[in-house]
Amino acid sequence: MIARTIRYLDERAGAAPLLKKALRYVFPDHWSFLLGEVALYCFVVLVATGVYLTFFFDDSTAPTHYTGPYRPLDGVEMSHAYRSVVDLSLSVKAGLLIRQTHHWAADVFIVAIVLHVLRIFFTGAFRRPRELTYYLGVTMLILAVLEGYLGYSLVDDLLSGMGLAIGYAVALSIPFVGANLAALIWGGAFPGAPSFWSRMYIMHVLVLPILIGVLLAAHLALVAARHHTQFRESPRHTERKVIGLPTFPAQAPRSIALALTVAGVLVLLGGLVQINPIWLWGPYHVAEGTNGAQPDWYLGWLIGALRLVPGFDLVIGSYTLVPNPFWGGALFPLVVFGFLYLWPTIERRMTGDRRAHNLLDRPRDNPWRTAIGAGMVTWVFLIFIAGSADRVFVTFGIHYVSQIWFYRVAVWVAPIVVALITKRICRELVAGERVAAIRKQAEREVATLSGTGRRD
Amino acid sequence: MSRLKDWLIAAGLLALGRAGQTPPPRAEQRVLPPGLPAPRDERRVLLLFAAATICAIAFVAIYALDRLPDPTQLLGISLGLALIFLAAACLVIAKRLVVTEELEEDYPPLEHEAEQEELVLLVEESGERFTRKRLVTLAGAGAAGALGVALLTPLVSLGPVLDMATFLRTPWSRGRRLVGENGKPLAAETIEEGTFYTAYPEGADREQLAAPLVLVRLPRSALHLPAGRAGWAPHGILAYSKICTHAGCAIALYRTPTFPLVEPKPALVCPCHYSTFDPASGGTVLFGPAGRPLPQLPLEIDRAGNLRAAGNFSGPVGPSWWGVRMKKPT
Repeated sequence: MIARTIRYLDERAGAAPLLKKALRYVFPDHWSFLLGEVALYCFVVLVATGVYLTFFFDDSTAPTHYTGPYRPLDGVEMSHAYRSVVDLSLSVKAGLLIRQTHHWAADVFIVAIVLHVLRIFFTGAFRRPRELTYYLGVTMLILAVLEGYLGYSLVDDLLSGMGLAIGYAVALSIPFVGANLAALIWGGAFPGAPSFWSRMYIMHVLVLPILIGVLLAAHLALVAARHHTQFRESPRHTERKVIGLPTFPAQAPRSIALALTVAGVLVLLGGLVQINPIWLWGPYHVAEGTNGAQPDWYLGWLIGALRLVPGFDLVIGSYTLVPNPFWGGALFPLVVFGFLYLWPTIERRMTGDRRAHNLLDRPRDNPWRTAIGAGMVTWVFLIFIAGSADRVFVTFGIHYVSQIWFYRVAVWVAPIVVALITKRICRELVAGERVAAIRKQAEREVATLSGTGRRD
Repeated sequence: MSRLKDWLIAAGLLALGRAGQTPPPRAEQRVLPPGLPAPRDERRVLLLFAAATICAIAFVAIYALDRLPDPTQLLGISLGLALIFLAAACLVIAKRLVVTEELEEDYPPLEHEAEQEELVLLVEESGERFTRKRLVTLAGAGAAGALGVALLTPLVSLGPVLDMATFLRTPWSRGRRLVGENGKPLAAETIEEGTFYTAYPEGADREQLAAPLVLVRLPRSALHLPAGRAGWAPHGILAYSKICTHAGCAIALYRTPTFPLVEPKPALVCPCHYSTFDPASGGTVLFGPAGRPLPQLPLEIDRAGNLRAAGNFSGPVGPSWWGVRMKKPT
């Protein structure tokens, strides 16, 4: 039976040599290599659940009045878009499960990508000859954040409407062309033309997913073309030879197990842990806002930055050169992603290291990179945390304005302190290893001299 | 009945019996290293498969049952566990059952020099017949660029790219009545101190940024409005655009000072980024990221005692853009 299938495929597609190569492809084994795979399987779950959601979603913003099982919204005026998602959640069997699984999958997707990028950064996996793979990965992170933002904006609930207003303000704030660009995207001034909703919808369900899918395929093809990197776990692991488990039989069941675990955990989250209960937020109206508004986690760093910037627009005469939201909403992510894109070049220039690397660094092996990375992470993370100052005020009663002033200073001081400490720790760890190696060597020599040790 | 029992026993034997326990010795040439049977692990896998099957069936059953009022949790648990059990089975197969061998392989060569050279020659020789290479390249690039611009031109139809009037238009003008959430005119005497009200222009679209107002009433002695706004707040009633000049959210918080030492003034606060505006001084920024004061709308009280606009806003409504300080709202 197996022989027949393989013969059938080989005769019709000439597939046997290719299959053999694919099945014997070697995967080096380390837990941190699974992060990218988790992101991949989240994407699969997102596509599967997302297709189901499109069968119910209505992208019209035309007004309608709610009638249905959820009494608090009885007779409330809302858009068809919002209503279709409320109906999907509360009136369609298994609809809420699929919707919540989709939302959780998006959040976990971006967590996995961010951790994956951190792993790649701190182990130097982006170095020659894998720069392209890395650039594609960073691009997919940007697309994933944008895709998530569009996804929850489509729902047209109160929270997402506020998020869209902020996005509009950030677009407006781009120097020289902001207003023209925003008018183009929204089809006029906020809240925009009715067609803005179909523009968001087609971007969310077609353009961006296909773009991410294509980049993903290229990313994986490049990984396979250059093979995986590996840690120097033993003297056998060298720049020349990759050691690990083949796709088949060893790796395949492991990978399938991971895929099923990711899907299982996402479905459990979707079923058991409520996320974005839009019927509680109500529909969006320009004149309405809600206190304690927090976006999905992957936009937390931007809301933190928008809140920290002191209140000023950069004005020349009566020309507003840089409106305020630009600093936190556009320049800040530009700097962070610019740093990620440029880092391979910066490091190459700084170290003069142009060699190809198949062996990974441990973070301690490259104290400068680790220190700068840790500083950068601290910077972004503190700004992220600053976004929760209002919740801290409500929960613990710590004065909001004082908190903001604390963060305005801390986000510049803490990264430097963390970078210096990190560099020191790396140096000490390496020195510690060297001492241990010397001691071992000395002990061995003493043992040999006194004739008690094994001779080797 | 006994027939059924026979069938069940036969099926059970078929399922449990280990057919071909000893694989035929094919010693000629193996690809993988040989492994011994591991019946306990095999049994574990079977149990996990069974558990996954039961959970999957449970999912279908829960879906089909109409009696459950809110089955989301049960659906999630059953489907999630089905997936997890299946994952566990795969993991046992991977770690305990499948033949595992570590392979060593050469990394692919970094460069293919012969091919590289050939490719360079291929491209170079292909253009040998051109004599004015640079000009042709330039002209070609120009044509492609022009075509690119042409193909992108229809995108301009997406929105009013050059007509910035859309950012300045407001539904307010002298005499326009203010109405509340319920669409009824707002009487000046119903506006009290210590709280805020949302108002809209009578008969206009509420879903535009320039429509909603926030109304507060302050003691007239507390007011210190900018010059030229002397009559804008009859009886101490102030009207501001409800849209934050920072990022366009609705100003949905009114802080009345409960801690006079720290925050002495009543303030309008936007819940998105906590831009804080002073209604007593014409909407100036007290704290937070906003770069412009809130636009104020002059008010008057008509003979019936209702609030009306006495003109247009003091400045453009909503978040800043390049022309926001150059033009007046229309």
